[in-house]
Amino acid sequence: MSDYILEMRGITKEFPGVKALNNVNFRVRRGEIHCLVGENGAGKSTLMKVLSGVHRFGTYTGDIVYNGEVMQFHTIKESETAGIAIINQELALIPELSIAENIFFGHERMRGRLIDWNETTVQAAEILKKVRLNVNPQMKVRELRVGSQQLVEIAKALSKKAKLIILDEPTSSLNEEDSANLLSLLRQLKAEGVTLIMISHRLKEVVAIADTVTVLRDGATIRSLDATVNPVTENEIIKYMVGREIDNIYPKRQGGTIGKTRFVIKNWSVYDPKLEREILHEVNLEVREGEIVGLAGLMGAGRTELALSLFGNTPGYQITGGELLLDGKPIRFRSPKAAIDAGVAYATEDRKRNGLVLIQDIKFNTTLANLKALMRGPVVNENEEILAANKLKKDINIKAPSIQQTVLNLSGGNQQKVVLAKWIFARPKLLILDEPTRGIDVGAKYEIYSLMNEMVKQGMSIIMISSELLEVLGMSDRVYVMCEGRITGVVPAEQATEQSIMRLATNTKEA
Amino acid sequence: MSQKKNGNLGHEVAALLKTNVRNYAMFIALAIIFIVFEILSKGYFLTARNLTNLINQTGYIAVMAVGMTLVLIICQIDLSVGFVAGFLGACAAQLLVLGIPAGVVIVIILIIGALIGLMQGLIIGKIGVPAFVTTLACEFIFRGLLTLVTEASGTVPVTNEFFTSLSNGFLPAVFRIGSLHGLTLVAGILAIAAVIVTQIRHRKDLQKYNFKTSSMPVFLFKLAFFAVLIGLLTYVLATYNGISWTIVITVLIAGVYSFVMNKTRIGRYVYGMGGNVEAASLSGVNVKRVLISVFTSMGVMAALGGILYTSRLSSATPTAGSGFELDAIASCYIGGVSTSGGIGSVINSVVGAFVIMSLTNGLNLIGVGISYQYVIKGIIFICAVAIDVRSRGKKAV
Repeated sequence: MSDYILEMRGITKEFPGVKALNNVNFRVRRGEIHCLVGENGAGKSTLMKVLSGVHRFGTYTGDIVYNGEVMQFHTIKESETAGIAIINQELALIPELSIAENIFFGHERMRGRLIDWNETTVQAAEILKKVRLNVNPQMKVRELRVGSQQLVEIAKALSKKAKLIILDEPTSSLNEEDSANLLSLLRQLKAEGVTLIMISHRLKEVVAIADTVTVLRDGATIRSLDATVNPVTENEIIKYMVGREIDNIYPKRQGGTIGKTRFVIKNWSVYDPKLEREILHEVNLEVREGEIVGLAGLMGAGRTELALSLFGNTPGYQITGGELLLDGKPIRFRSPKAAIDAGVAYATEDRKRNGLVLIQDIKFNTTLANLKALMRGPVVNENEEILAANKLKKDINIKAPSIQQTVLNLSGGNQQKVVLAKWIFARPKLLILDEPTRGIDVGAKYEIYSLMNEMVKQGMSIIMISSELLEVLGMSDRVYVMCEGRITGVVPAEQATEQSIMRLATNTKEA
Repeated sequence: MSQKKNGNLGHEVAALLKTNVRNYAMFIALAIIFIVFEILSKGYFLTARNLTNLINQTGYIAVMAVGMTLVLIICQIDLSVGFVAGFLGACAAQLLVLGIPAGVVIVIILIIGALIGLMQGLIIGKIGVPAFVTTLACEFIFRGLLTLVTEASGTVPVTNEFFTSLSNGFLPAVFRIGSLHGLTLVAGILAIAAVIVTQIRHRKDLQKYNFKTSSMPVFLFKLAFFAVLIGLLTYVLATYNGISWTIVITVLIAGVYSFVMNKTRIGRYVYGMGGNVEAASLSGVNVKRVLISVFTSMGVMAALGGILYTSRLSSATPTAGSGFELDAIASCYIGGVSTSGGIGSVINSVVGAFVIMSLTNGLNLIGVGISYQYVIKGIIFICAVAIDVRSRGKKAV
């Protein structure tokens, strides 16, 4: 028997309405690089949160065996003490503090009861050397590029003497050079005896670096592939990741025609003063009546920024060039309200944070964007409102006892349906959907896809921003691909493949 | 629903109590305050005279609590209302001294109040200075201005009869039944009828759409409870001077605001913005305009509060308004406005104001010094919010 540093046995974790993990088994050998892959929502991050104590002991079932002992972590602090460090996709650094302060945040270098700043700086410098970051440890983290900030996170983990480091999508926002650098650092750490678990969507990297690849799908372990025995290929991983026919998960659109050009983005350039760089460069995109346009790309490609910059919801951005045409007429939106009034709406990727008023009920959220359709004089006609909300709830199958149900208590899929209900009720000409199925189970996804088809059949245009390649391929009429603030290609969906889109998204030439 | 038989009644009442514990807590607190002070004051607290007095004292805080409810719902705060009210009350007194008719004075003062609120709203919404800072600074400014306005004259007496009757006068009796105030009885009966009719209509609407309604016994009990409450209050008031103008003004303000908050678009937007400002904005709500409107309305309510307070004392003093903002904010929190915004009702805030003023009135009656009053009120304020936070915390997933 090999030496396993970690064994997770029969882990099951449920959220209201969703079984995020279903009897997952996951074993990691000491001193290996173990890659955890799967589609969005497969349960990778949840599994790692269970491991690190974010989902504390008692909220899941199953055993975590670490170094041969059953562990019961209640907080991150406890798992850290045991030698497990997690580095999240959204970095947990404090931008206004120095690198050294960040590295030792929470376990400061002390002399007696006071912080030993000299020791802090000296030790930080040593650890930085280990992660090959050649900067002054007294620099503020804010001044570092994302790639370097990632290295500071790793330095922080090392400073805690972590034996098992979990990296959640470490390269997703890095450019190629930074990614390569990070991967070689991970190999070096492995050589020094650290065990690494890496969650990644970038299969090329996974194949290059992994000793073992575990594939999760829909909250279950599908397969563990030992790369030290047999080399693993991308295709093999994809086979297990997807594991079902595309036709089954993406409903065919019946009828509906694609009409005249609805909305055009021309040479759209945007500068972000906060990042001190151009985040969008001469973007060109057009969408027609009754068309779903997919917008693919890796994290940080600028897709959400593109949507927000159109929508006027851009307190920080400066539009440095370009124009917009809606139904052939030039237009600029000063505010989200102006955009909605003109018929352009945006449904955010984070429905809880800025998509829904969670403490209000389904009815309230459904009608919020189009109350003017319900006015009888100065008063909102509540009878009509109830009829409208009830009809939508029934039509799109929102699972709740009544439209008086508080949205907070709905499952992710049903919350997303309420978001769509809102925009079906408001009837915009163009709806930009940002990651419409993030964190939603497969059944609800299908319903959301059907709804999108229904919406475009009635003449609406949709721009769908999505990180799930299969979703982009399955739902779009045409696919635009972005990389680093530019459109790197546009392809009709039937001609596109995952590989071709991924190449455009990473801006790499065909092999 | 007809399948709910008597056996379920107990369950239903228990569930009702459990989910609405926050709302009932306020009434329970009020009942306790009444009983305790009735005993401690040896039977004076619940006399018609003192209750009338108490209601008239509550008026100026109640209207400010109405405005503050909206401010708190959109997750903002206004710390300046105390001295804005004090300053505008003093201005009103000085204008009256100049011989300007009371009606004109009131209109001018309300307009100035609106402008003050508008200015604060613009500073917060357009420039982006946090409300906490803006209104704290305004508290200083208006404290200074209040002193300026009253510096030369000291306390400004108000002799205008119409003006002082706002907080001290009563509706004419028109007729009397025995010694009872006739118009008050009529108003009371109309109020009971209005409550019953609207409740029944509301229930019918709910049933029409198959929404959950309370069972018949619970519904009837609720109706009876409100009818008896209003009836008792009417009777007590009728034995004394009847309905005061303060009651009329407060009911009118609370009614209008309640209508706006529940029935109109801007009301929805206030709740939506309070619940999630980004979601509201992305749903096409002009959140800056809502914010500015809410602060403007707060300014008007502060002005009205100042007018009522000056009217109540028949004079303007250099320290008027000190601490009103806390009473107004506490009224809202006691009335169930959520500390994290998005939830609240103006009617409940008015009842909250009544709770606060009952406490003040009772403590005064039994001779507790003002220093202790502050301490006691502070402690009760924290407890009210603590109960609120805990009870909501459990509800959230």
